[in-house]
Amino acid sequence: MPTRRARIPATKYPVERFTLDNGLRVVLTPDRSAPVIGVAVVYDVGIRSEPEGRTGFAHLFEHLMFQGSENLEKLAHFRHVQGAGGTFNGSTHLDYTDYYETLPSNALERALFLEADRMRGPRLTEENLRNQVDVVKEEIRVNVLNRPYGGFPWLTLPPVMFDTFPNAHDGYGSFDDLESATVGDAADFFRRYYASGNAVLAVSGDVDVAEATALIERHFGDVPARPAPDRPDFAEPDLTAERRTSYTDQLAPLPAVAGAWRVPDPVTDFAGYLPYVVLAEVLTDGDASRLVERLVQRDRSVTSLGGYLGFMGDPFDVRDPTALLLQAHLPPGGDVDKVLRTVDEELDRLATDGLTEGELARTQARMATHLLRDTDAVLGRALRMAVLEQQRGEPGLLNELPRLVGEVTDEQVRAAAATLRPERRASIEVIAGGAR
Amino acid sequence: MSATVETGTRPLPALGPNRRLKLPKQAERTLGNGLTVIAVRRSAIPLVELRLWMPFGRTHLARGGMLAQTLLSGTETHTATQLAAELQKVGGGLSAGIDPDRLMLSGAGLVTGLDRMLELLADVLTGATYPADWVETERDRLVDRIQVAQSQPAHLARTALLKRIYGRHPYAVQTPEPDQVRAVKPPVLRRLHAERVHPAGAVLVLVGDVQPERALDAAERALSGWTGEGQPAELPPAPPLEPGPLLLVDRPGSVQSSLRIALPAVPRTHPDHAALQLANLVFGGYFSSRWVENIREDKGYTYGPHSLVEHSVAGSVLVAAAEVATEVTAPALLETMYELGRLAALPPKPDELEQARQYALGTLQLGASTQAGLASLTSAYAGNGLRLDFLAEHAARLAAATVDDVAAAAARYLAPALAVTVVLGDAERVADSLATLTPVRTEST
Repeated sequence: MPTRRARIPATKYPVERFTLDNGLRVVLTPDRSAPVIGVAVVYDVGIRSEPEGRTGFAHLFEHLMFQGSENLEKLAHFRHVQGAGGTFNGSTHLDYTDYYETLPSNALERALFLEADRMRGPRLTEENLRNQVDVVKEEIRVNVLNRPYGGFPWLTLPPVMFDTFPNAHDGYGSFDDLESATVGDAADFFRRYYASGNAVLAVSGDVDVAEATALIERHFGDVPARPAPDRPDFAEPDLTAERRTSYTDQLAPLPAVAGAWRVPDPVTDFAGYLPYVVLAEVLTDGDASRLVERLVQRDRSVTSLGGYLGFMGDPFDVRDPTALLLQAHLPPGGDVDKVLRTVDEELDRLATDGLTEGELARTQARMATHLLRDTDAVLGRALRMAVLEQQRGEPGLLNELPRLVGEVTDEQVRAAAATLRPERRASIEVIAGGAR
Repeated sequence: MSATVETGTRPLPALGPNRRLKLPKQAERTLGNGLTVIAVRRSAIPLVELRLWMPFGRTHLARGGMLAQTLLSGTETHTATQLAAELQKVGGGLSAGIDPDRLMLSGAGLVTGLDRMLELLADVLTGATYPADWVETERDRLVDRIQVAQSQPAHLARTALLKRIYGRHPYAVQTPEPDQVRAVKPPVLRRLHAERVHPAGAVLVLVGDVQPERALDAAERALSGWTGEGQPAELPPAPPLEPGPLLLVDRPGSVQSSLRIALPAVPRTHPDHAALQLANLVFGGYFSSRWVENIREDKGYTYGPHSLVEHSVAGSVLVAAAEVATEVTAPALLETMYELGRLAALPPKPDELEQARQYALGTLQLGASTQAGLASLTSAYAGNGLRLDFLAEHAARLAAATVDDVAAAAARYLAPALAVTVVLGDAERVADSLATLTPVRTEST
């Protein structure tokens, strides 16, 4: 049995939920410890839902949501948020798209007005579309094309692991697809996916529940009701034979590799999924973790290593199908085969011999710190609760996560490790084309 | 076609009354060994943040880099793995970083583990051993990391800019060469540690769910045994900017150009600082700035342009940065110079200034609303001789700055004639058009 373990603390953020007549789901989580608020609106549409021939469209559309709306000229949204002392952004994920601001709490009503206005209707004009296609192309250049390891592995591994368009295509999009997008496409996308019934609003921080509820009804209550579209099933069968591929990155000076295995459905089988989340940390969190100790310190076959769930790194905001990923950078001339073989060996050892005394408890304590730290910012809380509401109808799960992580057992982690077999693995190797 | 929705007439809601900036409860003590400890209470989550700022100016670049890389590699009582595991047990972790001003140890953990984290911190400070095998591994890792950095356009542009701005000042080169790193051996690290890792002049910041006085007691218990005399290693003041030809650094095959523009700036305590910060916001310091609206939202030349006043111990500088499509490199520079000139020569509009002011004040509130934000802010201030009270003073100066003050600051600091400009990109494709705007000197990377 494990030795004395650090008591895993929990948060007790209050949660108020309700649904407006138009189908908009709302989550409030008040906390008056600092005069700031976080506001998040999450739409249930992401990269996986974009049509064939329109790669990158979900992300391009995210840009268009900032280009003016019913009562707001282009640039007004930015000016009103920042002119109230706040910051804002949005991001496109595989399964959702979020829009958010964090502000001094005296700007609550303004933030609600701004989000409601674009939920009623963004200004979709030819000029703004062409402008944002250019901006998105520069974004892709700066993050992918002009830098080493651009898009590795989140853009390069899915096409190895998956076969269907929704799961396998490039979510940043091809320049051809982006350039041929039309205002009509955008209007269709908005009508279909940006329905009040397909969205969740979360507000956290320095708010009074009754007052915030009244303001939300005032601003969002008359957003025309539209139901959520049916979400298609994106399921794909698990791999039955190893898949492996490689590509040359002309800018990369050193080799790199990423491998991934499918994991249980994060939503319908959360209890089955959670041990994999813990396993990723047992393997890679810090100098005392299994694979860092072995691959970095002992074998010196890799120079850096990461392990996580979901292609974008957050284990609690993804739906099926998803994966546990490991990625590593290698020294000059490093041997990728050997790295993958060693990973297999260490997974075998974990599955066979189990964890060492205290290994699990200390990993869980550190995971609790990370979870708590992420929710200290009001916006982190609003965003996570919005996604938990959307995908599970359970925003209060945020308070439970440190405890649930703490309840994962040695045996469950061991059993999870036993499923990460080479024949279920998809991997991709970056061949250094830029070696000096 | 246009699918514009009909424009309505809903009025923008007014802002509620401002809530005053409230400074958290804090306490400070200087220990007998010269270490200053500052503890700040923010109790929203049961964690504590730790920052230890140690003055480290004028350190040999490769040795300093390796010291940061290997400081946590083991002590007389713990191997590196044991150290990491012991920290993990209390939900904690530590990491070390270095820049030309300081060596910094940062971490966070469960507040119930504060005593243990401080004990382990003391163990590292007083007993780091730099074991040979570990040092060797970390040396290779650092070399690889430098190689990867040297393939990143942003790093290369920054390197060229620093060299151009600082000339012979210690700030000019901030990344060692791989060969210099390879030459660093454990005895050198042990000696450097003995000479420089001292409590005198260092500041430890603890922020979290703590009673400040008790946190100071805990730090005193754990760290009183850390001794050693500080060697003053004063940095000379950073040299003034010397405008000259645009420096074009060739990176053949680039699909973007990295534009970097340095302008003069002043330290946080200078009477012009608040006005300069506001002028910078109006120019390019936030999304609703003239520069972003021009080169991104109007012309689509770039994704994320931004400008920032950077403060270091020996001086401050304003840096504007944008990655722009290769084919629009010269037009982007033209628009940049236009926006700088327009702000330097004409006063900002009152509503523009109000918007920037609200942003500056609001982000002070936001930055102080988390444990991690407070810890980083407190530590950055302390490293420059300031305390958290400065937050309130600065807010008052931001609130008081007039259009005339901001116009004067813009004229004094943002004039295009003062700019030092570096462009990293495909010289063959951008040199001629840049030369139509300004004299250009080309270098290879």
